[in-house]
Amino acid sequence: MSSKSWGRRAVIAAPYLWLGLFALVPLAIVLKISLAESVLGIPPYGPLIDMSGGTPTWVGTLENYQRLISDSLYARAYLSSILYAAGTTGLCLLLGYPMAYAIARAPKAWRVTLLMMVILPFWTSFLLRVYAWIGLLKGNGFINNALVWLGLVGEPLPLLNNSFSVFVGLVYGYLPFMVLPLYAQLEKLDPGLLEAAADLGSRPWRAFLSVTLPLSLPGIAAGSLLVFIPAVGEFVIPELLGGPDTLMIGKVLWDEFFNNRDWPAASAVAVALLALLALPMALIRRHIAEEPS
Amino acid sequence: MSEAAPGPFVRLEGVAKRFGAAIAVDDVSLSIERGEFFALLGPSGCGKTTLLRMLAGFEEPDRGRILLDGTDVAGVPPYARPTNMMFQSYALFPHMSVAENVGFGLRQERLPRATIEARVAAMLDLVQLRPLAARKPQQLSGGERQRVALARALAREPKLLLLDEPLAALDRKLREETRLELVRIQHRVGVTFLMVTHDQEEAMATASRIAVMSRGRVVQVGAPAEIYERPSCRFVADFIGGVNLFEGRVSEVRAGTLVVDCPELGLRLAVAEACAPLGMAVAVAVRPERIELSAAPSATPNRMSGTVTEVSYRGEASSVNVALANGRIVRVTLPNTGRTGGPRVTGGDAVWLGWAVDAGVLLTS
Repeated sequence: MSSKSWGRRAVIAAPYLWLGLFALVPLAIVLKISLAESVLGIPPYGPLIDMSGGTPTWVGTLENYQRLISDSLYARAYLSSILYAAGTTGLCLLLGYPMAYAIARAPKAWRVTLLMMVILPFWTSFLLRVYAWIGLLKGNGFINNALVWLGLVGEPLPLLNNSFSVFVGLVYGYLPFMVLPLYAQLEKLDPGLLEAAADLGSRPWRAFLSVTLPLSLPGIAAGSLLVFIPAVGEFVIPELLGGPDTLMIGKVLWDEFFNNRDWPAASAVAVALLALLALPMALIRRHIAEEPS
Repeated sequence: MSEAAPGPFVRLEGVAKRFGAAIAVDDVSLSIERGEFFALLGPSGCGKTTLLRMLAGFEEPDRGRILLDGTDVAGVPPYARPTNMMFQSYALFPHMSVAENVGFGLRQERLPRATIEARVAAMLDLVQLRPLAARKPQQLSGGERQRVALARALAREPKLLLLDEPLAALDRKLREETRLELVRIQHRVGVTFLMVTHDQEEAMATASRIAVMSRGRVVQVGAPAEIYERPSCRFVADFIGGVNLFEGRVSEVRAGTLVVDCPELGLRLAVAEACAPLGMAVAVAVRPERIELSAAPSATPNRMSGTVTEVSYRGEASSVNVALANGRIVRVTLPNTGRTGGPRVTGGDAVWLGWAVDAGVLLTS
């Protein structure tokens, strides 16, 4: 065995090791807790196998999962989260596609600057930026003051603590994750293909639909995944910008964990969420794999 | 197909185009007849591709007019022009099959499905790609892709087919086969072809007429033999095939023949069928294959002695470099007629060169 192939193995092993340590092991722990019973104490959950009687006895329970089904709060929270995430993905796509397209078609010297402008918000803390939106959207905030001063509205609009402000926050927060993969895909697109389409009698809009759009599908899929998946579990935005009736699974999870100190229930919520997300991801991945590059 | 308008089929009148400070096309006027296979030939950067793109509608001329079948096409977008283009990169749609690529232009016209299918099948037959109809472009060889591009461009029955370096991406053997194929297809479909190329051999083998371009201008238009045998200037003589250029001054004008005093050879060269004023600075162009190489001086007045410096064997002929007494190198092409022995001369041989008075061409510009 040459040292070169050992080096190669080490490099290949590194990401697996990383994933194993920081994704699989924590996941296994969460799975274990989700099967345990909630108890008062530290840690606030019981064992899965009871050794006190001399022989090991299974004392785990599926009760936490049964509660996810029996209590309609969870189902509503999951559904509402998925709707928020889907709406956010759609809005990000509508806003992000023209942005990515414009950047990809801009003169080469401009592209880096324009991309920097997309990434620039990441240089400030996410929490601060969400707080800034409160200042913009609240009753006597910047936007309402401007609207009233201009005489466009008589009294301040209810912009904050409703689903509108949650969407604003989600779209604002996740837009770069849509723009970047779309840009990467569109930048690779040969402009000669659009010339060929025009030459063959295709008007610009039809050329876009029959050439640009199908060829940017992998970018659309990647961007949508990057927006949808974290948006489903989002906690900070609905917590800060949402209202009392904003129901998102991230908030439910937080409440179970920190307010109710019910770790097993919170773990079950997390495991179920993961299962919900893994399915569409697997479907989209399969779709991308079938697409010829 | 509309009624044929009077006058040439494609007419360019004083067309000019600049990109920033660079002049791409400078006052070009050209006429192309219906059904012609016309070639724009020139080195890279001479403006030939810009001219082609102006005909396709991708660029608009700054000055001048472009008339297609009698109609001024200024401001008409590419998708509304009766032209189709075969791109140098082929620009095949990677997400569509061969048949979908060929049918793309027909689908834009919203023709009935059966019509499109029949037309696509006919086009694929034309380029002999019927069995590969379901393949994607990336599953094809370079030559197959080239034929898909041709079929796609022809599918809409354009009035004018624009070909941008259609053979440049093919290897030599395939290129030579394909250029004959192009001519055959052009004869069959009867569409006017306008081809851009930097390869003079390719232009001469395919085109019925050639326009030679240099620095944004057309310097000569004519049939291949005319351009080769009667180049209008030093640039054309040098660009089309090999040539020996001898600079000199007209020293004597006789009936039908002109004598050029050529100081670099220390000789007076006779040129038949030429006309220039006495004392004018001119060049005499002589093709390497028109020069006779012999052991003894020939009867022609254009004769000189020299020493063979280099012989390169090319198969059907050999290129021989002969150094004259003053060091000037003259290129001679010697056909290899016998199967054995190769070229008749070797380096160091003392030889005589000579050419007939009608072999040289007088160039005044």
